Amino acid sequence: MTTAVAPVNVLATQYGRDRIALIAFWFLAMLLFAAAAAPWIAPQNPYDLAQLDILDAKLAPGAQSSTGLNYWLGTDDQGRDMLSAILYGLRISLGVGIASTALALGLGLIAGLVAARAGGWVDGLIMRIVDLQLSFPAILVALILLALTGQGIDRIILALVVVQWAYYARTVRAAALVEFRKEYIEAAVCMGVAELRILLRHVLPNVLPPVMVVATVQIAQAIALEATLSFLGLGLPITEPSLGLLIANGYAHLLSGKYWISFFPGIALLVTIVAINLVGDRLRDLLNPRLQ
Amino acid sequence: MLNYALRRLLWSAATLLVMSLLVFAGVYAIGNPVDLLINPQADQAEIARATALLGLDQPLWRQYWMFFRGALGGDLGISFAASVPAITLILERMPATLELALTAMLIAVMLGIPLGLLAGLRPKSWLARLIMTLSTFGLALPTFWVGLMLIMVFSVQLGWLPTTGRGATIDVFGIPLSIFTIDGLRHLLLPATTLALFKLALLIRLTRAGTQDAMLQDYVRFARAKGLSESAVLRSHVLPNILIPIVTVAGLELGSLIAFAIVTETVFAWPGMGKLLIDSINVLDRPVIVAYLLATVCLFILINLLVDLLYALLDPRVQAGDAR
Repeated sequence: MTTAVAPVNVLATQYGRDRIALIAFWFLAMLLFAAAAAPWIAPQNPYDLAQLDILDAKLAPGAQSSTGLNYWLGTDDQGRDMLSAILYGLRISLGVGIASTALALGLGLIAGLVAARAGGWVDGLIMRIVDLQLSFPAILVALILLALTGQGIDRIILALVVVQWAYYARTVRAAALVEFRKEYIEAAVCMGVAELRILLRHVLPNVLPPVMVVATVQIAQAIALEATLSFLGLGLPITEPSLGLLIANGYAHLLSGKYWISFFPGIALLVTIVAINLVGDRLRDLLNPRLQ
Repeated sequence: MLNYALRRLLWSAATLLVMSLLVFAGVYAIGNPVDLLINPQADQAEIARATALLGLDQPLWRQYWMFFRGALGGDLGISFAASVPAITLILERMPATLELALTAMLIAVMLGIPLGLLAGLRPKSWLARLIMTLSTFGLALPTFWVGLMLIMVFSVQLGWLPTTGRGATIDVFGIPLSIFTIDGLRHLLLPATTLALFKLALLIRLTRAGTQDAMLQDYVRFARAKGLSESAVLRSHVLPNILIPIVTVAGLELGSLIAFAIVTETVFAWPGMGKLLIDSINVLDRPVIVAYLLATVCLFILINLLVDLLYALLDPRVQAGDAR
């Protein structure tokens, strides 16, 4: 397989041929912007208690506050505007998802390259650890880690890195082994190019693109996993509510028919995950020479 | 085959050993073991006595040996919250979890394979597109949120099904099961559907990919050339070939269903071992957490072992590939 990547503008043109993927891309861009700009575009700061009015608690979507603010998506049990809470929650969910995936990708790259280059017992050891870890579901591994380490944004990122790195390590090792057998590497070795330089300048650029595409879809997985862990009360603390925690907060009010506290954060989570998946799938199809 | 089975068995034993070391390291070595293993309400004299009794003044390798020997005999400590052996609690809750996971797998297989076949045979039809769109959403939907929404629609708004719990059970060989009573089935339907959705979407994709692949093979063309009817081609040529990987994946996914049951059980207050784990984590009932972990690890290793052996039995290439 040739991993020579088409120039970005060619890729962009090809990408645009799929209408749904194009919509998903712009939607995702919008979500990222909304998350990044949450403090400026949200109607209120949902965690500044001075801005909340307990008399406005559990208002239905579309209701108006005493100060004339419109609660388009209703309010929660503390009178918090759900739209603002979702924008802030999206910020945390996306942040945790992207940060943990990037870190796991880095760690997996190093482990995979080392395993492929070193071979022998080092390769055997790293790959046995990978096998061992991948034979257990991610949610179980993450849950146990959080049960041992406790809550917090750093702990959940750590847990998400631990459950993801093995996947990249395996993919990178396989791709790197293919590259090592190619003639250009042989040529570089014969020319006396330093080993680290071969690894970083020749193997890495060829291994990276397919793995990055896998990582795009993994971000969605990480966000879903974080939401699940937070829903179970093991992920983020109440002071940093991600979408999962917002949904958990609404659980208690669901049975009395106040659906919007859980419903809208769930929709936000769903469209985020679907958008990321659609973009990732399209990129994967474009970069997979077998499908062209 | 025997050679392969033995090697596979050895790997399982090694996995179990490594996992027991990890669990030990996690629970015993991180932090002060006294805080973790002795009831926090105990007084000084009791703590000193328990420290000596648990051998916490011994070197670490000896402590691990004691833990290992206890675990072999099924002794994983006494639950702080319930004051009964932790392993007993786990074993009591295990049938509920297995019932839920197996029902979910049944739903996923019974719907996933036919839908995947439909989508794979006529990939351009509107029905295939609809099935694939639904499966995209099935893969993206967070399990816990689907559960909440199902409760909202079917229990709160429509009032058709109960919100939580397990309902009436009947003892079968001493094991309480919900599937044989109407009330139990009504309680089982929503949690099992919730748990099944992700696997259903996955099986649809697998079956579709397998079908599309198989339809292009020479043996299908040959069977058609022979004059076999389309349904006969499907029944005796396509299905047997695509079922091998599907059955394997379904088996392996059973482990992840048991893990994901933690979430579903929490949403629906289903009294399985997953809910027990969350409850135990919330009150820091460490012996139960350890017991859950080791029980689940054993279950996973057993499932993986059985699936691998079954796969090797169905597909001789696996053994050949492993023997190189």
